[in-house]
Amino acid sequence: MTLSATVPARRRRTAPRALRRFFGHKLALLGLGIVLFLTIACVVGPYLLPYDELYIDLRARFAPPGTGAHILGTDPLGRDIAARLFQAGQVSMAIGFAVMIIATALGSVIGVLSGYYGGYVAAILMRIVDAFLSFPSVFLLLALAAFLKPGPAMIALIIAATSWMEVARIVEAEVKSLKNRDFVQAAQMLGLSGRWIMFRELLPNAIGPIIVAATLIVARAILLEAYISFLGYGIQPPVPSWGNMLNGAQQYLGQAPWLAIVPGIAITLAVTGFNFIGDGLRDAFDSRSGGR
Amino acid sequence: MLRYLLSRLGQSAILLLIVSCVGFCVLSLAPGGPLSQFALSPGMTQEQLTRIADQMGLNRPLPVQYMDWLSHLLRGDWGVSYRDGQPVLAIIQRHLFATLLLMGTSTAIAIVLGSAIGIASAVRRGGIFDHTMTVMSMVALSIPTFWFGLVAIYVFSLNLGWLPSGGMYAVGNGSLADYLHHLIMPALVLALVDVAIWSRYMRTSTLNVVHQDFVRTARAKGLTRRRVLMKHILGNSLVPMITLAGLQLPVILGGALVTETVFTWPGMGRLFLDSLGYSDYPVVMGLLMASALLVVVGSLAADLIVALIDPRIRLN
Repeated sequence: MTLSATVPARRRRTAPRALRRFFGHKLALLGLGIVLFLTIACVVGPYLLPYDELYIDLRARFAPPGTGAHILGTDPLGRDIAARLFQAGQVSMAIGFAVMIIATALGSVIGVLSGYYGGYVAAILMRIVDAFLSFPSVFLLLALAAFLKPGPAMIALIIAATSWMEVARIVEAEVKSLKNRDFVQAAQMLGLSGRWIMFRELLPNAIGPIIVAATLIVARAILLEAYISFLGYGIQPPVPSWGNMLNGAQQYLGQAPWLAIVPGIAITLAVTGFNFIGDGLRDAFDSRSGGR
Repeated sequence: MLRYLLSRLGQSAILLLIVSCVGFCVLSLAPGGPLSQFALSPGMTQEQLTRIADQMGLNRPLPVQYMDWLSHLLRGDWGVSYRDGQPVLAIIQRHLFATLLLMGTSTAIAIVLGSAIGIASAVRRGGIFDHTMTVMSMVALSIPTFWFGLVAIYVFSLNLGWLPSGGMYAVGNGSLADYLHHLIMPALVLALVDVAIWSRYMRTSTLNVVHQDFVRTARAKGLTRRRVLMKHILGNSLVPMITLAGLQLPVILGGALVTETVFTWPGMGRLFLDSLGYSDYPVVMGLLMASALLVVVGSLAADLIVALIDPRIRLN
């Protein structure tokens, strides 16, 4: 008898149906469109512009949008805002994705461990999750960023360190409900190791909620990067990020409002896009909320 | 009820202990740490640094440092500021009121506006208003609070000149009207995210109540829709929202930090940033603990209020 014949069928694959529902979700498509547009703009944009993001033109300081080739205007040093915006977008979105990968991995491991083993392991791990959730994340982030003197990679790590808890909770709940199902018990009876069961049997079956949470983490990470960079503790100049472009904007608010408005719109668009996608994915994976 | 109270108190105490441990570890293990401000001063040698570390007890094993720090913390000794030598607890207390005022006002705005929007969406579920609000609340959740603040300052202070662009009161004017004049914009800006979250949850909560038997009974008795809504549905759908208010505390507190920065509001958020700028380690640590304490106590209070109001929870 082959191995596969003895193992009861796993939960039916929901991917194709979920995909179809996702593409029937108008907001999710809009979100996907926004994210794709921004990604392409940030990658291709720099090649289309006559200015480099570091090129300083002191004669063209504070040029309002639409001045000559400065589509979005210039900053206090006369640097082209459009060029900076695209470069910044690459940095900000890369951080968003890096945070997603780190936080989702960390959260999944902690969630699956406490969900599968239960008892003391779960009690300790989940109390740590609660403890992390008790700190307002901006406080924790700033405290870490101020003492760690960060580069982009460190910023991503720090943001991930305050973003994994939601995934851990979701995975823990999902694994707890899955672990008494037939396919897991069959795997245990076959003598498969705990590690195999957790990462090959349980986690793949919890993939839906994990993907939803991961998408929302990208949105949150872009926002958090903007917060701490705006306050001067995130990405350090001359590397531009959407957050640090806003850093000096307040003092020039009356003189050059576009300094504040342009990057803010980019952040809002990107975060809205990822939030819409996350919402669409949630509806697509969750059969209960189908009849909205 | 007493048993519930005791068990919740016990849980919170344990949580606070873990919170203190996490907070202490995070800041102690960060390179730089308490010594960073001394390391920056010119002419500082490694020898002198070691001596300072000795005096501050920083070369003891971490658990010993933690126990020492915790016992002082419990006795109300949160250390003194590196900047001006004042006790940390007193500094925090001076800034607490401004933050609580800002948070309280914006939470009140969020409760009223969010509940109204949530109920209106739930009553006409799937209608134009419901859809518009769904999209708008998601956009609101995506707007960086500080940026929204900047735009508000640009529009209402710089262009229209209706509201002051920052501060808590005008110099030489301590009237209540002046306080309110300064409070209104930061409170509304901070409330934006909260209104969005609150209205979403209120919508769900109302939808859950609408389909329950007692609502049908009330309608069957011949009560008007309006009366059923105000007397039966509103009260019941608000109960879960108290818990939510507790859970939202970290979000509002974090939002208050950035809002305070933009509006130069003299609260804990400004203090936190100023202290970071000076590497004022004891104050940073104190504020981190104070904010977590506020969150844990807030959610405990929310749970207890719910248990007091709703007998169904006590019985479980």
